[in-house]
Amino acid sequence: MSAVEQPVTPLERDAIRSVGTAHPRVDGPLKVAGRAAYAVEHREAPYDARPLHAWLVQSTVARGRVLAVDAARAVAHPGVVSVLDHTSAPRLQEGEDRELEVLQDDRVDFRGQIVAVVLAETSEAAREAAGLVEVAYDEQSHQAAFEETEDTYEPETVNPEMPARTEEGDVDGALAGAAVVVDATYETPVEHNNPLEPHAAIAHWDGEVLTLADSTQGVHPVAQTLAPLLGLEQAQLHVVAPYVGGGFGSKGVPHAPEMAVVLAAMTQPGRAVRLAVTRQQMFALTGHRTPTRSHFRLGADADGRLVAIEHEVLEPTSRWKEFGEQTAAPTRMMYAARNRRTGHRLVPLDVAVPSWMRAPGEMPGMFAHEVAMDELAVACGLDPIELRVRNEPDVDPETGKPFSRRGLVDCLRRGAERFGWSERPAEARATLEGDWWVGTGVAAATYPAMLNPGNEARISAADGGHYDVAIGAVDIGTGARTVLQQIAADALGVDASCIRLRIADTDLPPATVAGGSSGTASWGAAIVATAQRFRADHGDAPDPGVWTQAEATDAQSEDHALHSFGASFAEVRVHRWTGEVRVPRLLGVYSVGRVINPVTARSQLIGGLVMGMSVGLFEESYRDPRTGHVVTQDLATYHVASHADVRDLQVEWLDEEDPLASPVGGRGIGEIGVVGTAASIANAAFHATGTRVRSIPVTADRFL
Amino acid sequence: METRIRLTVDGRQRETSVDTRTTLLDLLRERLDVTSPKKGCDHGQCGSCTVLLDGRRHLTCLALAVAYDGSEVVTAAGLTGSEGDDETLHPVQQAFLDHDGYQCGYCTPGQVCSAVGVLRELGEGHPSHVTEDLTGPVAADDDELRERMSGNLCRCGAYPGILAAVREVAGQPAGGIA
Repeated sequence: MSAVEQPVTPLERDAIRSVGTAHPRVDGPLKVAGRAAYAVEHREAPYDARPLHAWLVQSTVARGRVLAVDAARAVAHPGVVSVLDHTSAPRLQEGEDRELEVLQDDRVDFRGQIVAVVLAETSEAAREAAGLVEVAYDEQSHQAAFEETEDTYEPETVNPEMPARTEEGDVDGALAGAAVVVDATYETPVEHNNPLEPHAAIAHWDGEVLTLADSTQGVHPVAQTLAPLLGLEQAQLHVVAPYVGGGFGSKGVPHAPEMAVVLAAMTQPGRAVRLAVTRQQMFALTGHRTPTRSHFRLGADADGRLVAIEHEVLEPTSRWKEFGEQTAAPTRMMYAARNRRTGHRLVPLDVAVPSWMRAPGEMPGMFAHEVAMDELAVACGLDPIELRVRNEPDVDPETGKPFSRRGLVDCLRRGAERFGWSERPAEARATLEGDWWVGTGVAAATYPAMLNPGNEARISAADGGHYDVAIGAVDIGTGARTVLQQIAADALGVDASCIRLRIADTDLPPATVAGGSSGTASWGAAIVATAQRFRADHGDAPDPGVWTQAEATDAQSEDHALHSFGASFAEVRVHRWTGEVRVPRLLGVYSVGRVINPVTARSQLIGGLVMGMSVGLFEESYRDPRTGHVVTQDLATYHVASHADVRDLQVEWLDEEDPLASPVGGRGIGEIGVVGTAASIANAAFHATGTRVRSIPVTADRFL
Repeated sequence: METRIRLTVDGRQRETSVDTRTTLLDLLRERLDVTSPKKGCDHGQCGSCTVLLDGRRHLTCLALAVAYDGSEVVTAAGLTGSEGDDETLHPVQQAFLDHDGYQCGYCTPGQVCSAVGVLRELGEGHPSHVTEDLTGPVAADDDELRERMSGNLCRCGAYPGILAAVREVAGQPAGGIA
């Protein structure tokens, strides 16, 4: 079915009835009873027969060549069906993504790369046999330490397609004449997304159609990426993902394990093959946040008004596939200063390829910027909120466009009021309660309002005033299944109970990734446009069976800078003898446009704040430079926030709407909660102790 | 090596032969098609595989199935009841819905089973790491609930909603997550 292009007009205020209400999560009853089927849990056709189990064998060297894969002992193990390696796996078409060239040649680019896949009748046999596969390597020297190399280069662009370098005015001259200068370096570590559902997929090849139940943030992107490499038409790849156990970016693009299970399935026509990546394997194979080193130079006049901002980033990429995180991107639009420079240089390493992790760019970049701003406030003798207020730009400093809404100061002021900021002592190390130093800190947050083209929806009239609404969107826990139903209801002018929504299937109209906080705006725009076209063509009492498929155009203003803003406030306690760090209070206030559903929105923002606290206090992957191996490859050594870490944690949002950003008036909420939070914790820790911590996680040893 | 065992799973008698290497979690998920317990780490670090095993919460990924012949397993799916043809939710499950104590839902069945186990343990007076008074009954206060639920990780960060849900079922003011 082909779609028409439909210029979309924002939903009128008086049409908004379901949007904005606390609609309970429609898939909640299935989830709390454990009846929602995640990737490898699918048992409907064609997965109904006993599937084969795939198990990955990973390289034990960081760089080199596979000389031989001896699978004799593995194949002899009872229950083992076959072992695939680079000599026996099906051949792929030539592509441009080295990560997906699984088992295509003998080259080893990083420790943990897939070098063989075992197929067996049971997972026990597959796992046992994987340990029996003997791989001989020609090992070559590797470089896996970020710290030890001077081999750097400037990429053409950073993620997704931003310039690596920007410059305006005379930064060096302005810094030389500045009354106050902050010159410091800030670091963030390797972090791993670690959604609770490990990456997993079950695949079935019938000789004509490849069916894949995948744990992914985008079914169409998976099909679009894999089909040409497999030499298939996109229609031959049927991908579904009805329930996905989180992603946080790691499931935003297909990674090597998806290709591995697809290749395995193609060797076993008529038989489903399931691959559940282990938690340990995820630390090598499913993406991570690259570590970042941000050198900031801020120059200000005596009143704290910035005259120069410089942010130079150094960060690793893998040598064999470039990923440059856009760490300095938020610095380009955040504060006013006539003289500005940002740049990124990459360090190529023989490591797994970095990828998206919740708020790539904004999370590490704003950690650096917002701690630097706190240092500037101290240097200027200014309250950190007042410093930010004084540096508000009139227009986007990067593009010169007006902001559709610049909510930062309102968030800071509302947060200050709710948090009790006015009672804060100006001096650091001023409050000792028992054995605990107590302090508070603030940081700003921002995230761009993205709306992706390439989304279509189909609306069909059904009996009894019902409508079938279909789009290939994926609900990774965000609440998409619920809020798209609400949006469709208002766009069609009916009650939400009249909407039957179908998502997460490549048989439905195409949809872009659940990432970049763009899902609701992008998919919602397609649904609103389709509803507008449907009503124009078929009226409000349509005959059952009539349908419209459309793609939205003109869904977002091109004449405005479109960004969400926020402010996080943290209270931190640091034990005077042990250095133990606690966060008894955390508050986030956000300007995100219209909130579609306060229940799911609150959970998203809370979840972002929890992850922000988690990266602020705990998360750090350690890669042993001698082997290239991530040694912290489980949840006992890679710590994430748990119940006991989360105390008084609150979020709120400003009452607003932004029809310039999206037809429903929202700007996206999935990522902004993780931005700035770690900086507010580091700033509060400074206020508590007088010790400035310029890297995360903020651990006890920093205070001893 | 295979051994025959018998289990009661969510009220149903199941008899099967198991590879002696098989964990209770893999037996449930891969042989018996009981996928309510989830595999998040397979190492007892995340809690997603929690069930009630002979009435107490238990990590099924750290249990070899062959060692539990004759046991009773209740998963989150087995906590539901029925009224006529309709499924009814356990009060803990309903409270998770009411307080949006989940997002992606993957850790949720384990959180639910853990919460049911926690409430039983509190009722029986079991102390925890944070219990001050080891001689009397244990209050279901926030510190106790957070401590006892800390074996169940939620990467979506739904902890405030989960706490509100468990609080409510424990008879404390739920407070909400506002």
